Amino acid sequence: MNRILHGRLTGLAVLGAIIAVLPVFLTNNFYLDVAILAGFNAVVCVGLNLLIGYAGQISLGHAGFFGIGAYASGVLVGVYGWPPIAALLAGALFVGALAFAVAKPILRLKGHYLAMATLGIGIIVSIVLRTESGLTGGPDGMMVEPFKLFGVELYGEKVWYWVVGVLLFVVVWLSLNLIDSPMGRALRAVHGSEVAAEVVGVDTARFKVMVFVLSAVFASVAGSLFAHYAGLITPAKADFFKSIELVTMVVFGGMASTFGAVVGAVVLTLLPQALTVFQDYQQIVLGAILMATMVFMPKGLLPTLAGLLPSRRRA
Amino acid sequence: MNMLTSHEPSSDAAPTARRPGPLLLRVEHLSREFGGVLAIGDLSFTVAAGDIHSIIGPNGAGKTTLFNLVTGVYKPSGGRVLFDGADVSGQAPYRLAARGMSRTFQNLQIFFNMTALENVMVGRHLHLDTRLLPALFRFPSLVRRDSEARDRAAQLMTDVGLSRYIGADADSMPYGALKRLEIARALASQPKLLLLDEPAAGLNATESREIDEVIKTVAASGVTVILVEHDMKMVMGISDHITALNHGRKLAEGTPAEVAANPDVIAAYLGAAP
Repeated sequence: MNRILHGRLTGLAVLGAIIAVLPVFLTNNFYLDVAILAGFNAVVCVGLNLLIGYAGQISLGHAGFFGIGAYASGVLVGVYGWPPIAALLAGALFVGALAFAVAKPILRLKGHYLAMATLGIGIIVSIVLRTESGLTGGPDGMMVEPFKLFGVELYGEKVWYWVVGVLLFVVVWLSLNLIDSPMGRALRAVHGSEVAAEVVGVDTARFKVMVFVLSAVFASVAGSLFAHYAGLITPAKADFFKSIELVTMVVFGGMASTFGAVVGAVVLTLLPQALTVFQDYQQIVLGAILMATMVFMPKGLLPTLAGLLPSRRRA
Repeated sequence: MNMLTSHEPSSDAAPTARRPGPLLLRVEHLSREFGGVLAIGDLSFTVAAGDIHSIIGPNGAGKTTLFNLVTGVYKPSGGRVLFDGADVSGQAPYRLAARGMSRTFQNLQIFFNMTALENVMVGRHLHLDTRLLPALFRFPSLVRRDSEARDRAAQLMTDVGLSRYIGADADSMPYGALKRLEIARALASQPKLLLLDEPAAGLNATESREIDEVIKTVAASGVTVILVEHDMKMVMGISDHITALNHGRKLAEGTPAEVAANPDVIAAYLGAAP
């Protein structure tokens, strides 16, 4: 008990300290922008990790949920004049309902089949966003109004840094709480052995659906806020490649580790920026780094590094 | 465990010999086929509450299939399973667990992604607050009950002789200890009926004797045990009642002495002419 409690609070404190101190080093808006994008990715990855890392289910469609959240905010605020917070909640609710409706049939599938089915969802969302150009602006995307709450407009990288920082902190806290609870253990049990989970009373289908819905809602909320921050959204944010990128971040950082998902999201958001020095060879170098990490650190970045420490912590 | 005596023995034509004590499990004309091959055929037997009831038979006799049918892992092709007075045929395993049935597996089904203690705590699932919101926000009531569950799981691990592994990760434990971890996990759900599928398989003589003691203690605490085991010394030593299977059908049943003396059983094991 002490070890787990200790690990959770230490990790949260470290995360909070990093978020608090980082702006000192982010001396211009470009750096802040990269940090904000890393933060949005991290929020989605923490949710996706609950599904992939802990419950052992795959989703190749999560960018679709991110995209629905983003476009719900863009369309409801821009076209219908809703308050941004209402649009965000409506988007999350819709994504939750959609995820619930599709989860029941598709989570009966396993492995490659589940991957294919979730891939299909993502592709459908992406196609709808591209073709419903009356509402969404089609492939060119659409402008999104700034986020206003109680008459206060969130504007500028500095403000958004703190919004995303607090959001990430809260999402990590929620995730750590969930994992160290009866429901969290049930999710991990689904990953470990479905039949063994069933015979001690875990309704495995129900928990798979719940975690799928929860991770989809996290993605939707991140998508809504991202839309307001960026001011411009395109269907590319919802497409297959973005979904793959998110899964890669989770696996790269370390599955079944909440902080690993954060690290994966941050590193893989920064890496392409850092690799621009290689110019034409950027993608090749990125690919080589990903491959080398997976070959030499099959458990992912953070669990491998944590395993090198004498007193190992689980997060 | 007072629910064990809550229903009277049924009076309709029981396919097996009359036994004293209430029935906890009644299997009636159960059958299951896989692609035309009969794994279990027209099998009927009863298990009395409080007994250690062993299922024996040569390899391929259908013992594990029977376990999977009784615990809901497989659905029967025909026949019924009555547990604690209710027809539970074909119900999902998690529903049967809620009715008080749990089991272990011949091939280990451990949650290797968790600690040993957490494995046992999953066994407390039905007795804990498993809702999403209390978990996300760490409601004090959930934390308190979780902490009790942790203590209880540690006690169960001690009871089955695993006290030294309480802080261990499941994937760092030896095979013999994992066998016992499965028993502790199953017991954590507080079952009325515990089905043990070859708990002593792969264990050495000392470990086997220890498991033997664990099973006796479990039975003494009021839990009914159905045991599949190849270790005949163990089976003959601890069983109250034995059902012998061959080719998915009942070969013989009775007390250990009766079954051991049954010529059909001896023939099935030693391979007499058909």
